[in-house]
Amino acid sequence: MTEPVDPKVLIVVRDLHKVYRMGEVEVHVLRGVSLKIEEGEFVAVMGPSGAGKSTFMNILGCLDYPTSGNYIFDGQKVAALNISQLAEIRNRKIGFVFQNFNLLSRMTAVENVELPLIYGGVPRRERRSRALEMLWAMGLKGRETHNPSKLSGGEQQRVAIARAIVNQPILILADEPTGNLDSGSAEEVMTIFQRLNSQGITIILVTHEADIAQYARRRLLFRDGKVVEDTAEITVGARRAVPLPEEG
Amino acid sequence: MKVSLEVFRIALRTLSQHKLRSALTMLGVTIGVGSVIAMVGIGQGAGAMVKAQIEGLGSNMLLIFSGSTTSGGARYGTGTAFALTVEDARAIARECPAVAVTSYAKRETNQVVYGNQNWNTSISGVTPEYQIIRNWPVARGTFLTQRDMERAVTVCVLGKKVAQNLFGLEEDPVGKTVIIKKVPFRVIGVMTPRGAIAGGGQDQDDQVFIPFTTAEWKIIGSVLPGYVNIIFASAVSQEAIPEAEQQIKELLRQRHHIPKEGADDFNTMNLKDIAEMQAATGQVLTFLLGSIASVSLIVGGIGIMNIMLVSVSERTREVGIRMAIGAKRNDILVQFLIESVVLSCIGGLIGLALGIGGSQLLSLLGHWPVLISPLVILIAFLFAVLVGVIFGIYPANKASKLNPIEALRYE
Repeated sequence: MTEPVDPKVLIVVRDLHKVYRMGEVEVHVLRGVSLKIEEGEFVAVMGPSGAGKSTFMNILGCLDYPTSGNYIFDGQKVAALNISQLAEIRNRKIGFVFQNFNLLSRMTAVENVELPLIYGGVPRRERRSRALEMLWAMGLKGRETHNPSKLSGGEQQRVAIARAIVNQPILILADEPTGNLDSGSAEEVMTIFQRLNSQGITIILVTHEADIAQYARRRLLFRDGKVVEDTAEITVGARRAVPLPEEG
Repeated sequence: MKVSLEVFRIALRTLSQHKLRSALTMLGVTIGVGSVIAMVGIGQGAGAMVKAQIEGLGSNMLLIFSGSTTSGGARYGTGTAFALTVEDARAIARECPAVAVTSYAKRETNQVVYGNQNWNTSISGVTPEYQIIRNWPVARGTFLTQRDMERAVTVCVLGKKVAQNLFGLEEDPVGKTVIIKKVPFRVIGVMTPRGAIAGGGQDQDDQVFIPFTTAEWKIIGSVLPGYVNIIFASAVSQEAIPEAEQQIKELLRQRHHIPKEGADDFNTMNLKDIAEMQAATGQVLTFLLGSIASVSLIVGGIGIMNIMLVSVSERTREVGIRMAIGAKRNDILVQFLIESVVLSCIGGLIGLALGIGGSQLLSLLGHWPVLISPLVILIAFLFAVLVGVIFGIYPANKASKLNPIEALRYE
């Protein structure tokens, strides 16, 4: 690393590009994204579909490598890590929450929450008690041994959040976490995110809905693979707006 | 990657969620292992039966026949020349260190009569040592004694088949009198059954034993006194058989004044060789049956692979989720591999039970000799596990190479 990283900075991306090759055609999904996210931030990523939000999230979540550009997560250069090390980072430092919950349907709620601990090598007994604790913290007492199909959408998403945070991550990535929920459940879920954020966990969420984005303290607007608006630059006030590389 | 109990527990749970599918998949391996066990058991059982029969002949035994004669250009078969004598037999016992005991016999086919029953059978004049060499106990009464020999007593011991034909199943022949060539013989014993020699030999139970001296003087006649049809020799041990054979040959050539280049005027036969030949035949049978059955085990393995491939594509999303929350490629690989191995193991265990049970039933109902050795059980089971691994590797590898992003998007 050429320059010392501010200990409070969790994420640094510099000139991030992602190109997918679909047969003959190259699809330029990210066209140079540069930004920093500090520990404890609550960021909403917005923009029309096809703007590159999901790809950006996948790269932040260490599920994918960028085609070019730098990504430094928690002081580590992600491009230098192998697939196994990425899996370990996802397991220990990142929690994922999805729009369609992505719970394993044939497992009970508590077993779903235990999953990250299994891959983290936590002993069986400790696993169970930590998973139960998380479920109870999500207000799911009495639902521990239900299968996901027996739970409401809001309950399923709370199980998913319990699973995301059971291994005490420093970052939560949520891709439209309220997209499949009624407004009541959505509010519940967002309140939980706020609470987690106040405990110091960095949260980045993708959403279409402006009222959901209200919960975040910073908003990124994506369009055509670039960040076209970043409220941090406005509110933080520093006039050093990151020059966005122009097309071509 | 640590393969903990946890992985097995997860695999068992996953399999139990598709009970019918798992059971049908296992069935292939079950049938494979079951048929391997049963087929090899039958093959080995048949081999063991033949071996026991031949060993029952007296496993240390050597037979010495007279050579063939040529008369007017026509060559007669083995034993037609009168080359062997009582003295030869005694000399072998005396001078060959690798030989423990010898006996000799004169044979003739004749009619045996009891009351209104009669039966045509082989009359063998033998010495008392014959019983020792053949290791052949009597079922009733006693065998011929040295005293019977010395005095040429008219007593006889019946083979099981002869006894049944003359006396039926109920009457006890011991103490009764039968007529052979108009000479009355008192029955002093009945041999235990030995059955026919495997490979189309004569029925050993279809003969009557009388003292050699009695045979020579009163029944078969004394055109050539002192000559015998066959000499039996028992080597001191099984390992000494080739040595004994060599010693006997040398001694007989010397006694018969055969020049160095001349051909033997006698033939020797070694039961160990026959036994080994038969055992080899049994092994070929076992191998053939076993390999046919192995094919079905491999077919079972293909069934596992098929189902595992279906399972991988069905659970693409699950793989994506597991990867997102931190499963490494190895974790996924092991998970699917263990599933297929558990399938093949359980299938194999059931197959073992069925194979053992089925072959026992076969031997009970069909009177087939079945021999199941622990080694075969172990090999069949290990083979089943191996099938699980080999046919599980490809699907498991396919699952572990999935791209988590695409897997998560999979519907």
